[in-house]
Amino acid sequence: MSILVDKNTRLIVQGITGREGGFHTEQMLEYGTNVVAGVTPGKGGTEFAGVPVFDSVEDAKRATNANASVIFVPGPFAADAILEAEAADIPFVCAITEGIPQKDMVRAVNRVRENGKTRLLGPNCAGIISPELCKIGIMPGHIFRKGPVGLVSRSGTLTYEIVNELTLAGLGQSTCVGIGGDPLLGTRFVDVLPLFESDEETQAVVLIGEIGGNDEEAASEMIRTMSKPVVAFISGRTAPPGKRMGHAGAIISGGVGGPESKVSALEGAGAKVADSTTEIPVLVREALAARA
Amino acid sequence: MKLQEYQAKELLEKFRVPVPAGSVATNGGEAREIAERLGGRVVVKAQVLMGGRGKAGGVKVFDDAEQASVFAADLIGKRLVSVQNPQGMVVEKVLVSERIEIEKEFYSAILLDRAAQRDTIMVSAKGGMDIEEVAASEPEAIVRLAVDSKWGLCDYEIRAALVAAKINPRAHRQMVPMIHALYSAYKESDATLLEINPCALTKDGKVVAADAKVIIDDNALFRHPDYAALGSESAEDPIEAEAVARGIAYVRLDGEIGVIGNGAGLVMLTLDEIAKTGKKAANFLDVGGGAQADRVRSCVELIFMDPRVKGLLINIFGGITRGDEVAKGVVEALQDLKVQVPVVVRVEGTNAEEARSILATANLTPAKTVQEAAEKIASLVGS
Repeated sequence: MSILVDKNTRLIVQGITGREGGFHTEQMLEYGTNVVAGVTPGKGGTEFAGVPVFDSVEDAKRATNANASVIFVPGPFAADAILEAEAADIPFVCAITEGIPQKDMVRAVNRVRENGKTRLLGPNCAGIISPELCKIGIMPGHIFRKGPVGLVSRSGTLTYEIVNELTLAGLGQSTCVGIGGDPLLGTRFVDVLPLFESDEETQAVVLIGEIGGNDEEAASEMIRTMSKPVVAFISGRTAPPGKRMGHAGAIISGGVGGPESKVSALEGAGAKVADSTTEIPVLVREALAARA
Repeated sequence: MKLQEYQAKELLEKFRVPVPAGSVATNGGEAREIAERLGGRVVVKAQVLMGGRGKAGGVKVFDDAEQASVFAADLIGKRLVSVQNPQGMVVEKVLVSERIEIEKEFYSAILLDRAAQRDTIMVSAKGGMDIEEVAASEPEAIVRLAVDSKWGLCDYEIRAALVAAKINPRAHRQMVPMIHALYSAYKESDATLLEINPCALTKDGKVVAADAKVIIDDNALFRHPDYAALGSESAEDPIEAEAVARGIAYVRLDGEIGVIGNGAGLVMLTLDEIAKTGKKAANFLDVGGGAQADRVRSCVELIFMDPRVKGLLINIFGGITRGDEVAKGVVEALQDLKVQVPVVVRVEGTNAEEARSILATANLTPAKTVQEAAEKIASLVGS
């Protein structure tokens, strides 16, 4: 079992003929993801890496019966690409693009939520992977292994760093979900945690948060009600207030988003908060042993 | 990007938000003309994006145009230094505007409420003071109104917010259209923050935006070529300005260890690990994907523009880009630039072993973990 994506995922790549979209399409195909179509307006009827390209998501869905889409479209056009996929009734849409204007995302996130027919993951995320089954996004597939750990994270490379340590420690993953580093996200910690709680394969959850916003505090309320153990890590603990640390969402402002409140909320809810990344596999192993 | 006060007020005027009459001047003569037109009773404000501008001597009120122009002429070209910005900034422009007689000061702002995922109007009767302090000591004094993203803002909602915030009723009739206008300015300019502090009720019963802070979404500058062209004028730090020009995600911090990493989360982790050794990082820098030699070279150059940097820590997770390729790029860049200070490089991920042997032959200090890298650079930099 896995969450959100598996062998039945039939993927469209929006922006397949662009540099990033093209490169990662090849990487996803190599991993075994079932990429059934690409979309680039004006390039319908052509092929990329053996994948048929269409002018619109609607055309692509009609021809291939796709049930997921990943977006590599540049920032100025990416929110529109999200809405196009939603309008075509694609149930799962993952936006990798970084740098989408905030105004465009306010509109997109609210419409997607109100209509309730599409789950949006991202934007500004690394994607999602269920090892050996399906990879949607830009992460290096070979560092992941199948196993009992569900992982959800706001950061890309920090996830690779931690997954690498988990894998080296013999702790495989059920699904790893990159929710993204933006202030406005389609899917937040609170949306992913219940999926792991009800997933049979997942035995422990690793939550990787960072400064900015209060999604970790909201997640803590949910962790309180979960039966599965949660190990958490917060990065940016020494970042000064008012500075945006790379991710658009990683900023302490108006007294909100500091690390102390996140760590104490998580600990208060019973999560084990690691002080360093190397501690994570140790805490996960302990949590699994206590559960067995 | 943050707008200068005069740019923010020009934006507001375009949307019919009342602001004190005035204009921007680049020399004493222009300042005199503006001051005379305004009848001599004016305030002259240095247009620099730094905190503590008033205490640094950048703001002064006058009763006649002559004195105002002498002050403006003296101020332009001068470097203002404040506690918040010890390096200081050179004044290129001053804003000359009418003095207003303030009876009451309010606060109004528009920004994104991340949790609600909506634009939010904030109003408070506690104007003219640090709003973060108000938020901490009297959170109930700030009233929030979330804007329905589909249907927009209604008058009755604004009126209810003004009542709840205990804003003087004499100001309500003017503030309702003003808040509509502020929201239009926020939306049309792709602002991520529009703050009026203070929003003033004058003795003659007018409501005006006495000061304005506007931040425009960098990701939306393609829709605003006028702002995009301002470029470095909007930078608060010269190295950060250079980073924007080079397209590098860089934030200046106040330590002595330069940091390069790939991915925001990994760089934040690196800063945290440096802090654990008792040292401080000089910067945040995300090199982005790939980490090819020319990109690394550009980042290293940028970091050494800060004279306080005594050592460099490079932390790269090689994912799809293999670690040995990253290591080659790092070695090439550092040799090209003849970097003299200690450098610790940690490359993990794909082909990490090969990467470490490339680094070792190039006389760089390799490290296996982030923790080890932080400890090594801290001890090499010494006390």
